[in-house]
Amino acid sequence: MFYFCAMPRTLSAPVTVAFDYTRSTGPVLGRFLAGLRDGVVMGGRTSEGKVVVPPPEFDPVTHAALEDFVEVADTGTVTSWTWVPEPVNGQPLDRPFAFALVTLDGADAPLLHALDVDSPADVETGLRVRVRWRAERTGDITDIECFEPLPEGESGSTVQARETVDPVTGIVVPIELDYLYAASPEESLFYTSLSEGKLVGQRCPSCGKVYIPPRSACPADGTPTAEEVELPDTGTVTTFCVVNVPFLGQRITPPYVSAYILLDGADIAFLHLILDIPAEEVRMGMRVKAVWKPREEWGTTIENISHFAPTGEPDADYESYRVHL
Amino acid sequence: MAKQPAAVIGVGQTHHRAKREDVSMPGLLREAIDRALEDAQLTLEEIDAIVVGKAPDLFEGVMMPELFLADSIGAAGKPLLRVHTAGSVGGSTAIVAASLVQAGVHKKVLTVAYEKQSESNAMWALSVPIPFNMPVHAGAGGYFAPHVRSYIRRSEAPTHVGAIVAAKDRQNALKNPYAHLKNPDTTVESVLASQMLWDPIRYDETCPSSDGACALVIVSEDEAARSANPAWIHGTVMRSEATSAAERDQVNPQASRDAAAALWKQAGITSPIDEIDMAEIYVPFSWFEPMWLESLGFADANGGGWRLTESGATAMGGRLPVNCSGGVLSSNPIGASGMLRFGEAALQVRGAAGEHQVDGARKALGHAYGGGSQFFAMWVVGSEKPSS
Repeated sequence: MFYFCAMPRTLSAPVTVAFDYTRSTGPVLGRFLAGLRDGVVMGGRTSEGKVVVPPPEFDPVTHAALEDFVEVADTGTVTSWTWVPEPVNGQPLDRPFAFALVTLDGADAPLLHALDVDSPADVETGLRVRVRWRAERTGDITDIECFEPLPEGESGSTVQARETVDPVTGIVVPIELDYLYAASPEESLFYTSLSEGKLVGQRCPSCGKVYIPPRSACPADGTPTAEEVELPDTGTVTTFCVVNVPFLGQRITPPYVSAYILLDGADIAFLHLILDIPAEEVRMGMRVKAVWKPREEWGTTIENISHFAPTGEPDADYESYRVHL
Repeated sequence: MAKQPAAVIGVGQTHHRAKREDVSMPGLLREAIDRALEDAQLTLEEIDAIVVGKAPDLFEGVMMPELFLADSIGAAGKPLLRVHTAGSVGGSTAIVAASLVQAGVHKKVLTVAYEKQSESNAMWALSVPIPFNMPVHAGAGGYFAPHVRSYIRRSEAPTHVGAIVAAKDRQNALKNPYAHLKNPDTTVESVLASQMLWDPIRYDETCPSSDGACALVIVSEDEAARSANPAWIHGTVMRSEATSAAERDQVNPQASRDAAAALWKQAGITSPIDEIDMAEIYVPFSWFEPMWLESLGFADANGGGWRLTESGATAMGGRLPVNCSGGVLSSNPIGASGMLRFGEAALQVRGAAGEHQVDGARKALGHAYGGGSQFFAMWVVGSEKPSS
C-alpha cells in the first residue's frame, strides 16, 4: 500500500475521498429534471424573452424567481465543440467523443453535453443533432445519454413524452477524488523510523522545543528543524476524550479513548489510543507505554503502535504537564 | 486616512432546519439575502459588491461554490469575493464586507454565509483518515472534548456548568422563530441525563447539524441615513495562530486573547462586562461559553467564566445575556453560524430582535472561532455612531 516516490526517503500513499452527496434541486431545476425523466426538455423564459436551457433559477436581470417554463425541441444545432480523444472515468461516453454546445430548437442559449461521433471530422459548427434519450430515465442530466447527428430528413422526439406529474426534488451526486498523499521529508523520517521500532522527532534550533512528529519548520518561530531526537515510547496522558459516538468512515469501534500523549522528552503531545484499562479509569497525568504490534505487521505508520497502555507508575504531577493543557 | 463609519442596516436569515429539502443551495442563500435586502429597503441592483462565506467545500462537495452561485445571488457585473476561515468564516466574511465600506471602496455591500449540511455529513468530512496517521479523529466533538476536559481541570469547574449553558440556550431558542432546535422540555437535568458522546461532552451539549444562511447589508454613513435603526460598527478584529505549536494554549488561545484586547481598545471599551449589554458568542459545545467568557475578558481567567455562567449572569435578564437567539447550540449551519452571531448582535442594538430582545441593548458583541481554535473573528456593534 505504501511506497516510495521518485524522491528518495519521501513516503506517499493513495487517498480516496468519496461521498454520495444529496442535492435538493429547488423548484426550477426540479422541473427541468422531471422533464428529462419524462422525455421533454424544459427551458425557462427570462424577463428579456430569451429561452435558456437548463432554466436559471433566478432571472439574470430582475433576479426574481423564474416561473415561465417553455418546452423546447430535442433537436438542435452545434454552436461550438471540442474533441475528447481520451475519455476519463465518469465522462458521458467511454470512447472518444465531442463536448458540444447545442442550441436546441426553440431555445436562445446553448446546452453543454456530449456528442457521439466517430472522429473530429464528423462534427462541425452548424451540425444538426438530436438527443439520444436513455432508456431508463430517473430525473438526471444523464437521462440525455448524449447528442447524435440528426440524419437528413429525420426529426427528433425519439421517445414518447409523458405528462410530467411528480416533481423531482433531489438527486444523488456521487463524488470521488483520488489523491496521492505525499509526506514531507521530516514526516517520512518519522514514519520510516517507526518501521524500525523507533520514535524520532526534531528539535527546533531556535526555541529548543522537541516536535514529534517533526514538522520541517518550527510552528512557533518558523525556523527550519534538522536535529533529530530519538524519544522513548513512554509518556503521560495530558488530556483525552472517550469517543462513544459511531460515525461514517470510523475505523475504530467505539467506545474508545482518544488521548493526547506527551512522550518523555517531547514538547508537544500527539493523539493516540488508550487500551488495556476501562475507559472510565483513564486519567489526566496517567503514565503510559506504547504497545507495539507484532513486528511482522509493521509498516511506515504510527499504527505500528497498536495503542498505549498504563505503565502502573504513579500519575505524573499536574505541574509537569499543565502547560500542555 | 481614518476608517469611514459603517453600519448594518439589513439582517436576514433562513429558517434553519436539519434538512431544507424544499430549496436548492442558491435558493437557500436567496431566502436570507431577500430578507436582508427587504430589511435594508434596497434591491440587489443597488448593491455594489457581494462577499460570500462558507465552511470547507467538502461539506457540500462543491468546489468554489461562489462561482456557480454568482448568477443567483445577483453578482453578475459586481465584485464577488469568497472568504474562508473554517467555522469562524461567517464572522470573517462580515468583517471583510465591513472593511470594503470602512475603506471607502464601496458604499453598499451585501454579505452572505451559508451551509447546507444535509447534502453531506460534516462528521465524515472532518474525519477523513490521513495516511500513516492514527485514525482516532472523531469530528469536531472529538477534537474539542479533550480541551474541554483541560478547561474543567484548570478552572476546577463543577461538571454541571456545561448543562446550564445548554439548557439556557435551548430555552432562548424558543423565542427565536428562525432557530433549528425547539425543545421546550430541555432542563439542566435533562441535559445531564443525555448520552455522553465524546466524554466529557454530552449529546445535549453539542450543536445540531443545520441547513441555513444569513445575510447582512453593510453601508456607509450617508447610506445609513435611510435606516431608522442602523447598527454602527465600533470595532472589528480577526486573529489566527499556528495549530500545532508546542505548548499552545487550546483552552485560552493567544490569538483569542489578543483579538479581544484589540477589539475592546478599538471600540473604546475598558470594562467589557460593564459596557457590553449582550453577547452572541460562538458556542458549538456548551463548555465554550465559560471558556470564551474568560478569554474575551468578561471574567477572570481562573474560572471566572463558569462562575459567571453558574450565577445566571448569562441568562436573559442577567448581567451579560449570552446567545439570546439560542446560539450555535440551537442552530448550526456551520458557514453561517458566525454571521448569525454578528447579525444577532446587530439586531439587538437595533432593537429588532423580537421576542429575544434584551431591553435597551446599546452595545453588543458578535464572536466566531474556527479550525482547531485557531481563527478568531469578532465585532462590537452599537446603537450610536462611534465617537472617533
